[in-house]
Amino acid sequence: MKKLLSVFLFLMVLMVVAGCSKGKESGGEEGDTVTIEYWQYAYKAKVDLMDELIKEFEEANPDIKVKQTTFPYEQYNEKVATLVPAGRGPDVINLYYGWLPKYIDSGYLQPLPEDTFPVDQIESEYFSLVNAAKLDDKYWAIPTAVRTLALFYNKDLFEKAGLDPNSPPETWDELVDYAKKLTVRENGKLVTEGMAYEIGAQLNNWFYDALVYQAGGQGLSEDRKQILWDDTPAGLEAFTYLVEFGSKHKVGESGFYTDDVTAFKTGNAAMNIDGSFRLGTLATDAPDLNYGVAPLPSYKEKATQSSFWANGITAKVEGEKLEASKKFLAFLTSDEVMERWIDEVGELPAKEAVATQDKYVNDPLYGPFIEQLPYANAQFYVDETAQRQYVIDAVNEVLLNGVSIEDAYNEFAAKSQKLYDDYWSKK
Amino acid sequence: MTSKNDSIVKKKTARFTLKQQKYIFVYTCLLIPLLFFISIRFLPTLYTFNIGFREWDILSEEKPFVGMDNYMTLFKDEIFRKALVNTFIYVVFGVIGQLLCGIGVALLLQRINKFVGVFRAIYFIPYVTSIVAVSWVFKWILMNNGIVNDILMKWGFEAQLFLKSPNQAIYIIILTMIWQGLGFQMIIFLAGLENIPKMFYEAAEIDGANSWNKFIHITLPLLNPTIVFSAVIGSISFLQTFTQVQNMTQGGPLNSTISVVLYIYELAFQHFDMGLASAGTVLLFIIILIITIIQMKVLTKKFEY
Repeated sequence: MKKLLSVFLFLMVLMVVAGCSKGKESGGEEGDTVTIEYWQYAYKAKVDLMDELIKEFEEANPDIKVKQTTFPYEQYNEKVATLVPAGRGPDVINLYYGWLPKYIDSGYLQPLPEDTFPVDQIESEYFSLVNAAKLDDKYWAIPTAVRTLALFYNKDLFEKAGLDPNSPPETWDELVDYAKKLTVRENGKLVTEGMAYEIGAQLNNWFYDALVYQAGGQGLSEDRKQILWDDTPAGLEAFTYLVEFGSKHKVGESGFYTDDVTAFKTGNAAMNIDGSFRLGTLATDAPDLNYGVAPLPSYKEKATQSSFWANGITAKVEGEKLEASKKFLAFLTSDEVMERWIDEVGELPAKEAVATQDKYVNDPLYGPFIEQLPYANAQFYVDETAQRQYVIDAVNEVLLNGVSIEDAYNEFAAKSQKLYDDYWSKK
Repeated sequence: MTSKNDSIVKKKTARFTLKQQKYIFVYTCLLIPLLFFISIRFLPTLYTFNIGFREWDILSEEKPFVGMDNYMTLFKDEIFRKALVNTFIYVVFGVIGQLLCGIGVALLLQRINKFVGVFRAIYFIPYVTSIVAVSWVFKWILMNNGIVNDILMKWGFEAQLFLKSPNQAIYIIILTMIWQGLGFQMIIFLAGLENIPKMFYEAAEIDGANSWNKFIHITLPLLNPTIVFSAVIGSISFLQTFTQVQNMTQGGPLNSTISVVLYIYELAFQHFDMGLASAGTVLLFIIILIITIIQMKVLTKKFEY
């Protein structure tokens, strides 16, 4: 028995040793070239462009090799979370800005090196919304491109409903009015959605960063500890406006043709609030769709939601690899790459000077997105998944459980504040 | 064998007899899967117990010890309690439904003589179909503007929310799970029925028993081991409900369908709280253990032929 045990232990040790040595091998360097690993999620246009960019970067810097690894969007967080503790992390990583606090808190990222990316330079060149990537007075990640929300509308369905396809709704009231006119029901059954109503898709962002501000409210306090939207009547007004599309006006349903994008793409939803990243999808999936884009309808103020994926350098990168990573990151945030990014991916340049060139501002599709950038907001999320779920749940409480709008709103506000309290109490 | 042979063997291996050698070979063969089991299953399980007492966000290297904090947080967590209640509903309705349907179909299939193979195949096909594919098909059939609502409205009924309704969704998911598991249940019960000696029925017929009496007094008691097996396997699989929920409702609407496993997954990979997730896993382990022990004790009754 003792013998068996020792054989077993020996085998275990062997396995562990084998595992370790393999780990070292994969991080090895050959000769004088430095290999850095870049991770992003699999979005075809982005991956293809990145392959090209890497090739050019390697030609310009023969001593650096870049290896790109991608994961499906749904599993991205999961893969990163499971592979990193196993010692298989990247050097430069592409992260959604809403996830940054989690990654920064866990010590996964290092602040952007001040010599290549000075804080004042970032703040003077980039749109102010990128300060969602700023924590403890340091920038931790920097985007190539940003996105905003706008109103997509189907021109054919506008004409069918007797509306002018060249004058999309501009105010809250007009949006409701148009949505009602565009909704088609047969014997009570919804045939065409006036406006797609998928809270879990983009409408939760529409609430936090657009509706609240449009109604005259604010999102978060300067120190990011207090939610401010529940301090003024603006929050309730915005929430009521959002809920009533489903409860009172009944212009759309969750799950109609599976989701908002499919419904709009197939011509079953007349309007949808969606991001600039959808332009690429629509161009490939529905090339014949006759649609237009307009800035989000406004109320007391103008506002839209913006978001971005940003590249950061992971904490353990140092020495030669850090230098190489800095070069690569500087390359990815150069003006030329930003221009190619908007042409090939459809996301907007993150630098103001690049984005506001005439060729983009006057473009019928990009124009409305760029026009809104100066008043775009990017909420500082402490838990993006949870905060999206809060909006979905609050709306469902009203639609499915018959809870009053005020009660659902109050619970929603209380839960949101608690989330921030818990987050800061752990710091 | 002769003593000469024995002495040769003894010389060669010095310490082991032939019999011992045989055992060493057998144990070595058994050791390989055991090693695999220990390294892939057992050690991670122990590690999970350890993580359950720690605060860990997966990405950081520090895992401070927090004692029972994770367990306290879970018990105070409304969604976790909701997930426990839901999982209870999945198990109770799921297992009972599966047993009844399994026995029913097996009894019917045993009666027919023609097309037996065809029917068995038809009932077994759902079991070998991908769960994800089945979930999406049901999701599409049942969506607001789907075919079921079309038919309902044609017949003058009101359209139903189905998977979008906090009251209906969980039972619809249970029904699809029962439907999909039916093939497996059918096979077990058919095997169980085949094992009951025909002469009992013949003897009962001579005594004038009707079919109901025969079912209650012969079939059911003699099917007991099969029922226990099916109930235990069914409970474990319904306790681990995940794929169907994740694909059909993602736990919604309003957490009405969220299961413990799905919530553990969300805690770990969406909220990055591995400590809480591990604590939840340990609780689930304990629940499965207790339920299985109870089922073995209560359902296994001794019976005599």
